[in-house]
Amino acid sequence: MGNRAIAEIQFADYIYPAFDQIVNEAAKFRYRSGNQFNCGGLTIRAPYGAVGHGGHYHSQSPEAFFCHVPGIKVVIPRSPRQAKGLLLSCIRDPNPVVFFEPKWLYRLAVEEVPEHDYMLPLSEAEVIRQGSDITLVGWGAQLSVMEQACNEAEKDGISCELIDLKTLLPWDKETVEASVRKTGRVLISHEAPVTGGFGAEISASIVERCFLRLEAPVARVCGLDTPFPLVFEPFYMPTKNKILDAIKATVNY
Amino acid sequence: MALSRLASSSSRSADLLKPLCSAISLRRPISTDTTPITVETSVPFTSHQCDTPSRSVQTNAKELFTFFRDMALMRRMEIAADSLYKAKLIRGFCHLYDGQEAVAVGMEAAITKKDCIITAYRDHCTFVSRGGTLLEVFAELMGRQAGCSRGKGGSMHFYKKDSNFYGGHGIVGAQVPLGCGLAFAQKYSKDEAVTFALYGDGAANQGQLFEALNISALWDLPAILVCENNHYGMGTAEWRAAKSPAYYKRGDYAPGLKVDGMDAFAVKQACTFAKEHALKNGPIILEMDTYRYHGHSMSDPGSTYRTRDEITGVRQERDPVERIRKLILSHDLATEKELKDIEKEIRKEVDDAIAQAKENPLPESSELFTNVYAKGLGVESFGADRKEVRAILP
Repeated sequence: MGNRAIAEIQFADYIYPAFDQIVNEAAKFRYRSGNQFNCGGLTIRAPYGAVGHGGHYHSQSPEAFFCHVPGIKVVIPRSPRQAKGLLLSCIRDPNPVVFFEPKWLYRLAVEEVPEHDYMLPLSEAEVIRQGSDITLVGWGAQLSVMEQACNEAEKDGISCELIDLKTLLPWDKETVEASVRKTGRVLISHEAPVTGGFGAEISASIVERCFLRLEAPVARVCGLDTPFPLVFEPFYMPTKNKILDAIKATVNY
Repeated sequence: MALSRLASSSSRSADLLKPLCSAISLRRPISTDTTPITVETSVPFTSHQCDTPSRSVQTNAKELFTFFRDMALMRRMEIAADSLYKAKLIRGFCHLYDGQEAVAVGMEAAITKKDCIITAYRDHCTFVSRGGTLLEVFAELMGRQAGCSRGKGGSMHFYKKDSNFYGGHGIVGAQVPLGCGLAFAQKYSKDEAVTFALYGDGAANQGQLFEALNISALWDLPAILVCENNHYGMGTAEWRAAKSPAYYKRGDYAPGLKVDGMDAFAVKQACTFAKEHALKNGPIILEMDTYRYHGHSMSDPGSTYRTRDEITGVRQERDPVERIRKLILSHDLATEKELKDIEKEIRKEVDDAIAQAKENPLPESSELFTNVYAKGLGVESFGADRKEVRAILP
């Protein structure tokens, strides 16, 4: 296999000076040279997302910008065990991959991680909680918030199905579609601002595929359309209560 | 007593003897005496593609006391911010400037409020030297309404429009092209003023810096690029980061000056020289050889990539506040006790400002949505009925 380059951007907020190289060079090299050259399976790791006190430049979620670039892959793990398996897959994938790691989980997550080598498949979403009333789709640290909302909704008799997308580009439409066909409702949640966030892509695709099956409009519980604030972070974030409200509103539509 | 001091510090010139004799007999009020005093900078300047300014700097007792007071205030403020951060009253990131005060103070002494200053995230002291108050500093650090950016910026985003202080930037090196843009505006409007764009030794390797310098040199913009070289870019020493750590030479076609950044008079002299140069000939680079006692930020202990001996060595030999204290004492302008009293006063001032800032309220929740765009922004927020909600949160 040879050696692979793995680049680290210390905070995803600082990835923008590299944006041109990633989008215009790494993503397009194989395509424009007719497969003569490629970027050698480059992997770029960057911690992303809110951390409670990060402010404007230590909390951003830029995944949506990269999901708009055919030629690269975007992968986001939700836990340590997932991170190891997914990262090894990303490194061994011959395409350029941007791997966003939820920095909130760096100090918070505790999990048994196997010591042996193992890979988790890319572009396969995982249903991490079975349910029948509504499908929730998310990634990264937001999943634990959604899990809490699901537990609360359970008390009100709403059975939630929770899907971890894992790979955002190319994303597993089949798994999400199958789940929505089962439940008839879908809610997407991410920390990035709602306008133009990746939830919009998921929403449009699901409506295209499942329009007649849907019982309610697609709900998006996301960050607000402001720069990531400093003291206002608790208001900005898609919190458990916001998700719970949206679950109830969707189910009772 | 004074003679032994003279003998021990080889850089003093013989001129010192004269003011001493007069000072002992006519002890005027310490803060208003403007009799000229000449001091020598600690080391001569080194230059690249230009002349060097003289090592002898004109000053007076009033300026000495202003320097002492300002730097001691900044020192005390930064140490207080350290304690506040550890007490979790300041959240987020906090990059402290103690050790580097001479750059802020010396620069301000050489320029007017019409000249612009733009810097990176180690900006608390530069803000104060541009006229910011302690309350504005502590309130902004704690995210309160009375802060200079109304609590919405935090430690890295201090601004003061009325004194042309353009902040306060988190992204490394991004402020330098902005600074060159400010210089463009000044030239366009025929302001006869200059812009000081400050950056660190880490940012000195940023491509955008050289792009901005190129255009500034082509268009003869009055831009002064100031590299505050504290020798460590976060945890990376300059010899590991830069092939050529002679940052004052990195401008190549642009002239440069290397300055002892721990000597406020050297800084003042260099900035005066640079302002004159930039107004006539275009961009010039100043490299301030300085040092920070704290780590990169409050998350960095600052001792994993440098030895404690190095830090204490600099503190003992090159501390900017101590240098001014020694100058004041050797010129017999005040006693040790008087200087200690000034420091006590400063301590109280800082404590009062902190107490006031602690009482100050957090910004209103509706401020989350203000100033995203010039006019207000309609916002969607998920409520139980999922209708569009006004941009005012409970």
